Amino acid sequence: MRTAIVSAGLGNVKSVKRMIDHIGGDADLVDTPARLKDYSHIILPGVGAFDHGMDLLAQQGWDAEICKAAKERGQIVMGICLGMQLLLRGSEEGARPGLNLIGGDVKRLESQDGSRIKVPHIGWSVTRPTQKSPLFDISDEELRYYFVHGYSAHCDDEADVYARVDYGGPVVASIGRGNVMGAQFHPEKSHRFGMALFTKFAKLS
Amino acid sequence: MLRHRVIPSLLIRNDGLVKTTQFAKSSYVGDPINAVKIFNEKEVDELIVLDIDATRDGRAPNFALAEELADECFMPLCWGGGIRSVEDAKTLFSLGIEKVAIRSAALDNPGIMRAIADRAGEQAVVASIDVKKSFFGGMHLVNGTGTKDKRRWQDALQSAVAHGAGEVLLMSVDHDGMRSGMNLDLIREASALVEVPLIAGGGIGKTEHIREAVDAGADAVAAGAWCVWQGPQKAVLITYPRYEELTALWD
Repeated sequence: MRTAIVSAGLGNVKSVKRMIDHIGGDADLVDTPARLKDYSHIILPGVGAFDHGMDLLAQQGWDAEICKAAKERGQIVMGICLGMQLLLRGSEEGARPGLNLIGGDVKRLESQDGSRIKVPHIGWSVTRPTQKSPLFDISDEELRYYFVHGYSAHCDDEADVYARVDYGGPVVASIGRGNVMGAQFHPEKSHRFGMALFTKFAKLS
Repeated sequence: MLRHRVIPSLLIRNDGLVKTTQFAKSSYVGDPINAVKIFNEKEVDELIVLDIDATRDGRAPNFALAEELADECFMPLCWGGGIRSVEDAKTLFSLGIEKVAIRSAALDNPGIMRAIADRAGEQAVVASIDVKKSFFGGMHLVNGTGTKDKRRWQDALQSAVAHGAGEVLLMSVDHDGMRSGMNLDLIREASALVEVPLIAGGGIGKTEHIREAVDAGADAVAAGAWCVWQGPQKAVLITYPRYEELTALWD
C-alpha cells in the first residue's frame, strides 16, 4: 500500500505525511497528476475557499486525474476538510462545480436548533459514526477530532454519511461511497484519533 | 457539542522557552522542543508559540525552530512573531504550521491578514491583540514593541476581523502570569464585538477560571503560566489538565 498526498497547493500536506510516517505508513507528496496512478491510495487535503481549490485542481489537470483514479482505476481516495467538500457536486461558497464523485452539495453552516453558533466551527468535537464504514467502527469509544470549517456537506443519499457531529444540530463529519471517502475534520491534527483513522484507511484495499 | 479549547501558549526568547509576568520579567522555562513533545503526549487541544522578541529585534520568524516544533505536533500549531509578509506565512504553512498569529503587522498593515487569508483561508489567520489597564482607568492597546498604542482596542479587534482574521487572541497584559483569574469584563465586551472565535488569554490558574472565561463569552482560552509553573515558587513543570477534568467543567 502506498499513499499519494496530492500536493497541489491546497493545504498543509506536510502534517498529513508526518502522521502517516508516524503510524508506519508509506506516503509521498505528489506534485504531478500523472504520478497518481502509481499509488494504491490517494489523499486530497485542502483548506481555503471552494473555487480556489477547484481552480488549483484544474490548473494541472488534477481534477480529471483524480476522477479517473476513483472511477476507472478504483484507487482509494480520501478528501480532508476542503478536500472532502471538493468530492461533492458543488458549494454555496463558490460557483465552480466540484468533482462530483459523491452526490451532494456543500452549504454554509447555520444553526438548526436555534442555539447561537460561531462560524467557522473551530475546535474539537465528539464525532459519532452513523454506521460501520471503511473509516469507522461502531464502538463505545468516544471519538474526537479537530474541525475547522464554515461549510458542511449535505449528501443526496443518507447511506453516504459515515459520521456526524453536533454543532447547532447534526452536521456531516465524514462521507463515503465505495472507494471514495472524506473527512470534514483534520485527522492529521487529531492525535491518536487521527492516527487510528489513517491506520484504518491505510489497510483498505 | 464543541469543546472549548484550552491552548497552552508558549513564549520563545533566544530559542528558549520563557514565561513572563505582565509581559515583563521573563524567566527561563526550558527547551521548547522538549516542552512541545510533552504537550503532544498530553494531547493538548492546540498550541500557540509566540516568539516575543522577533518584532522588537526586527527578525523574520525562526523557521528552523518552527519546523522542529511542528514535527512534534499532532495537533494544530499556531506560530506568532516576526511575520511581516505573505511569504513569511506561506513558508510557515509549508513547514507544517496551521495558523499564524499576526500582532504588530495587524495594527500597522492589516491588509496582510486578508492577503494571507486569501491564500490559506481565514481560519489560518489569528489576530493577536494585547490590552492593558490604563493609569486613569479603561483599557488601552499595547503594540508589538510593548508600548501604548493610541488606537482603541475595540477598533483594533473589529478591524482585524474585517481584514480577514478568522480568530482573535486577546491577551490581558495585567493578568499575564498572575494565575489569579481572567479579565472577565474584557472577555464580555470583546465577545460581543466579534462573530469569530475569541481566544482569551491571561490569568488562568485553575480550571474554574476557564469556566468563568467561557461563561463570559470566550470560545477558547490560552494558558501560559498555568501550564509551565507549579506552586507559588513558580517551579517549572509542564502540565495540562486531563481530558476528564476539562469535560467535567461543562457537565
